Amino acid sequence: MDYVKLINCMRCGMCLPHCPTYKETFLETASPRGRVALVRKFQEGELVESEKFLEYVSLCLDCQACASACPCGVNAGELVAEFRCERKNEKGLSMMEDMVLRKLVPHPDRLEAATAPLRLYQKTGMQKVVRSLGLLKMFPEALGRMEGLLPKLPAAPLRQTISEVTPAVGQEKGTAGFFLGCVMSLIFSEASLATVTLLSALGYKVVTPKDQKCCGAPNMLGHDMEGLKDAARFNTDLFESHELDFVVTDCGGCGAELKKYGHHLDGEEGATSFSAKVRDISEVLAGEAGALKELLKPLPLKVTYHDPCHIAHCQGIRSQPRALINLIPGIDFRELPEADACCGSAGTYNIEKPEMSDRVLSRKVLNVQKTGADYLVTSNPGCLLQLKKALSEATPPVRVIHLTELLQMSMDA
Amino acid sequence: MENNFIKALAEIVGAEYTLSDPESLACYGYDSTPELQSRPGVVVLPKSTEEIAGVVALCNGAGVRVTPRGSGTNLSGGSISFDAGVILQTSRMNRILEIDEENLTATVETGVITSALHREVEAKGLFYPPDPGSMNISTMGGNVAENSGGLRGLKYGVTDDYVMGLKTVLANGDILKTGGKVVKDVAGYNLNQLLVSSEGTLGIFSEVTVKLIPKPQTKKTMLVHFPQLEQAALTVSHIIAARIIPATLEFLDRTTIKCVEDYAKVGLPLDVDAVLLIEVDGHPAQVEEDAAGIREICERHHCSFFQTAASPEEALKLATARRVALSALARVRPTTILEDATVPRSCIAPMVKLIQDTAKKYDLLIGTFGHAGDGNLHPTCLTDERNPDEIRRAHQAFGEIFEATIAMGGTITGEHGVGVAKKNYLPKLVGESGLRVMRGIKGAFDPRGILNPGKIF
Ligand SMILES: Cc1cc2nc3c(=O)[nH]c(=O)nc-3n(C[C@H](O)[C@H](O)[C@H](O)COP(=O)(O)OP(=O)(O)OC[C@H]3O[C@@H](n4cnc5c(N)ncnc54)[C@H](O)[C@@H]3O)c2cc1C
Ligand code: SF4
Ligand code: SF4
Repeated sequence: MDYVKLINCMRCGMCLPHCPTYKETFLETASPRGRVALVRKFQEGELVESEKFLEYVSLCLDCQACASACPCGVNAGELVAEFRCERKNEKGLSMMEDMVLRKLVPHPDRLEAATAPLRLYQKTGMQKVVRSLGLLKMFPEALGRMEGLLPKLPAAPLRQTISEVTPAVGQEKGTAGFFLGCVMSLIFSEASLATVTLLSALGYKVVTPKDQKCCGAPNMLGHDMEGLKDAARFNTDLFESHELDFVVTDCGGCGAELKKYGHHLDGEEGATSFSAKVRDISEVLAGEAGALKELLKPLPLKVTYHDPCHIAHCQGIRSQPRALINLIPGIDFRELPEADACCGSAGTYNIEKPEMSDRVLSRKVLNVQKTGADYLVTSNPGCLLQLKKALSEATPPVRVIHLTELLQMSMDA
Repeated sequence: MENNFIKALAEIVGAEYTLSDPESLACYGYDSTPELQSRPGVVVLPKSTEEIAGVVALCNGAGVRVTPRGSGTNLSGGSISFDAGVILQTSRMNRILEIDEENLTATVETGVITSALHREVEAKGLFYPPDPGSMNISTMGGNVAENSGGLRGLKYGVTDDYVMGLKTVLANGDILKTGGKVVKDVAGYNLNQLLVSSEGTLGIFSEVTVKLIPKPQTKKTMLVHFPQLEQAALTVSHIIAARIIPATLEFLDRTTIKCVEDYAKVGLPLDVDAVLLIEVDGHPAQVEEDAAGIREICERHHCSFFQTAASPEEALKLATARRVALSALARVRPTTILEDATVPRSCIAPMVKLIQDTAKKYDLLIGTFGHAGDGNLHPTCLTDERNPDEIRRAHQAFGEIFEATIAMGGTITGEHGVGVAKKNYLPKLVGESGLRVMRGIKGAFDPRGILNPGKIF
C-alpha cells in the first residue's frame, strides 16, 4: 500500500461523527482516524497483526462515509479494504473462498442454479414450515440470518427472461447498455424490469448482454483482487463490443465497482473509457426529468429516501434520487435523519458481524420511524434486503422499494 | 501500567470501557496536533460524574496521572498523555440534560458534541453561538477547556462568554459546583472563568450550563474580492470603526485562494490578494442597513467584486470558498500544520505580509486564512513529514512568526490553546509573575500534580 495515502491523514477527526461504528462505540479504534492509524502503525512495525488488531479492522463496514467527510481526501474504508486485500494476497484464498469467489460468482449459470433450490424451497411452502417450526434456530447462526433475510424470490432470474434488446418507445434517442447486477437479477428482478421499462419509455434502446458476469464486488469484499480484475476485463470487453452511448445500472454496488474498473486495471485504456460511460439509473433519469415528468401520474404517498453508501459516498449521487421522487405529483417526501448513514448491510457484514450490524440497523429503523413515511425508497440490493426485513417487522411496518419501482408505480397509477 | 490498577479502574467504569491492549493505546496516543504522539498506559470511558470522581480519586491515591479527552481534536497536544498515564474520554457522557426556555440556559454533560447542542437549541428558536470549525465533532468539555472560538466570535464572543455554571471533578475526587443559572453572581472568586481554558489541568468538567440567546431573525452573506491586501485589511478596520459588527468577517489570502480554486473551482480570480466573507445578522432593517454600509466601505477601498447572496442557497455558495479552505490546503501536501497566531485587528495587513515573507525566506508553502474580524489568523504550512529539513524550516518560520505576533501586541494562540505545542512561548507572553501565579493556582487545585501534567507551563 502506498504509504503516502496513510500519512495524508492529518488526524483532524472530521470523519468521526460520520462513522457508524464510532457513533455506536465512541472508541478511537472503531473510528476512521483510528483505522488509518492502525494500518499505518502496522506498516511502520509498531503493531503486529494480533487477533485484536484483526477484530478492529474487520469491524469497518467499508461504507466510506468517512471519505465523504475527509478534508484531505483520505478514504479510511478503502484503505482498510486494500490492506485486507494485500494481507489476503500474501496468505491466499481459503478453499471455501476459492469455491465461491472463483468457481461460483463469476459464472451466472452456476449462480442461478445454486439459488434454484431456494426458489423451490419457497415455492413448495417448505419455507413457511421451517419458519413456523422455528427450525431456523437449529441452523448455524450465519445460515439462519441469511435465510431470514430472503424476500420472496421471482419465478426466474431476470437475466434468463429479459430479451437482449428492448426497443425504444417512440423516437429513439440513443442506446443504453444495461448492466444487470446478480442480486438484482436473482431477487429484485421487478425493479430491474422497471429500470428497463423507464429507459425504453424515455426513448432509449436497451441492450442487456446476456453473457455479462458479476461486477466483481464480492471478490473485492473477499479481498480477491485477481478475481476482481478478471471480472473487470471480461465485462469491459463485452460491453465495448456493443455500440453504446452509456452503460446504466440500477445496483449501487455494481455502479461503484464498474466506475472503478479503470482504476482496478491500472488505467488500461478500454477499462477507463468503459468506466467513464457508466451511470447510475438516477443520473440518467434526472437528466431526462422533463420528459419523465410527462409520464408520471399522482401518487399520494408519504415517502422517504435512504442513501446507499455505494450511491452517496462512493459515487457522490445525492440530489438526483430526491429530485426524481419529488417529480411525482402529490408525493409527500420527507427527508430521513442521517439519511446517508450505512444501514448495516455492507456486503456480507450483516452475516459476519451481526451484533454491530444490528446496532447500526436499529439506528436506521428509528430514524425511518421518525419520518412517519409509509414507503422507504432506496437503490441498492444490499440495503433492500436488509431494510425490507427490518422494516416489515417494525410497527407500523414500512414498505421498502427500489427507486425505479416507485417511478413505475407512478407511471402505472 | 500495573494489572491491579487496571482492574480497579475496570471495577469503576466496567471492563468493556477500560482499554489497555496495544492497539487501543496506539490509537489514543495522538490527537489532531501534528507530529506529537505518546502512548497512554490505559484508557477509560466513564459514563457519569461519579465514575469520573472514582477514577480521579483512585489515580490521586496511586499518584497516577490523568489526561481528560473529549474527541481529541485540539491542535496543541493537550489530550495526549506523555507519561503513560490514564486517558479519560468523556464521549459516553453525551446527554443534553436540560434546555431551560425560561432562563435561557442549557445544561449538558461534557461529552455532548457542540453541533448536537446547536441542533437541539435551534429547534426551539434559541441560539448557542460558539461554532469552532470542529463543531461537528468537538465536545462541549473540550470547548470549555480550550475556550474555543469560531466564525461567529467577532459579534458573539467565545465559549467563555457563555459558560454560566460548571460541575468539575477535582484532583482528590471531590465534586465542585460553580456558577449556575443566575446572570449576576459576585460571591467569591469567579471560579467559572478560572476553569474555562484550563486545558484539563485544574479539574475534569462533567457538566456545563451555558447561556442561550434568541436566534437572530435574519442574515445576509457577502463575498468581496480585493486586489490589494492592505485595502482588505483597512476595510476590516473601517467596518468596525463604522460601528458595524458583522457576525462573521473571514479572510483568505492569495495562496489559499489559489488552492481553493484548484480544488473546488468556485470561480475565484487568481490575481487578487484577498477575499473577505462577511455575514451580518439580526433584525431585518438593521441587517439591510449594515449590508449597505459594508458595501459602501468595500467600494471605497477599491474592491474588485462585491456580491450579496439573494437566497440561502446562494449564501451557502458564497461561503463555499471559506468552508473548503482547510480541505483545499490540506490536500496539497501530505502534512498540514495549522497555526493560530492572533494580532490586534489593526495589524492584520503587516502580519499577513510577514507570514508571506517568512514563507518565502524559508522556501515554504504557507496559506493564511482566518477570522479577520478578531485578528485570529490560521497560517497553514503545507509540508511533508518525511522531509526533516523542510519540517525544521517550518518550525523556524513559525518561531519567527510567533515572535513577531508577540511584538505586535498579539498572542501565540487565539483559540487552540497552549498544551505542549506552545509551552515554550508562554513565558515570553505572560512573564515570570504570570507564570508564578499560574503555578500557584495549579498547586491549589492539584497539589499532587496528577491532572494533565506538563501542559500549558
Ligand atoms: C479541523 C479543525 C478545526 C478547528 N477549528 C477550531 C476553531 O475554529 N476554533 C477553536 O477554538 N478550535 C478549533 N479547533 C481545535 C479543537 O477542535 C478545539 O480545541 C476543541 O474545543 C477541542 O474539543 P475536543 O472535544 O476534541 O477536546 P480534546 O482535543 O479532546 O481536548 C482538548 C483539551 O481539553 C481537555 N479536556 C477535554 N475534555 C475535558 C473535560 N471534560 N474536562 C476538562 N478538560 C477537558 C483535554 O485535556 C485537552 O487539554 C479545530 C481543530 C480542528 C482539527
Ligand atoms: S481520515 Fe481524513 S477526516 Fe479522518 S482524521 Fe484523517 S484527515 Fe481527518
Ligand atoms: S468505511 Fe464506514 S465504518 Fe469504515 S471507517 Fe469509514 S465510516 Fe467507519
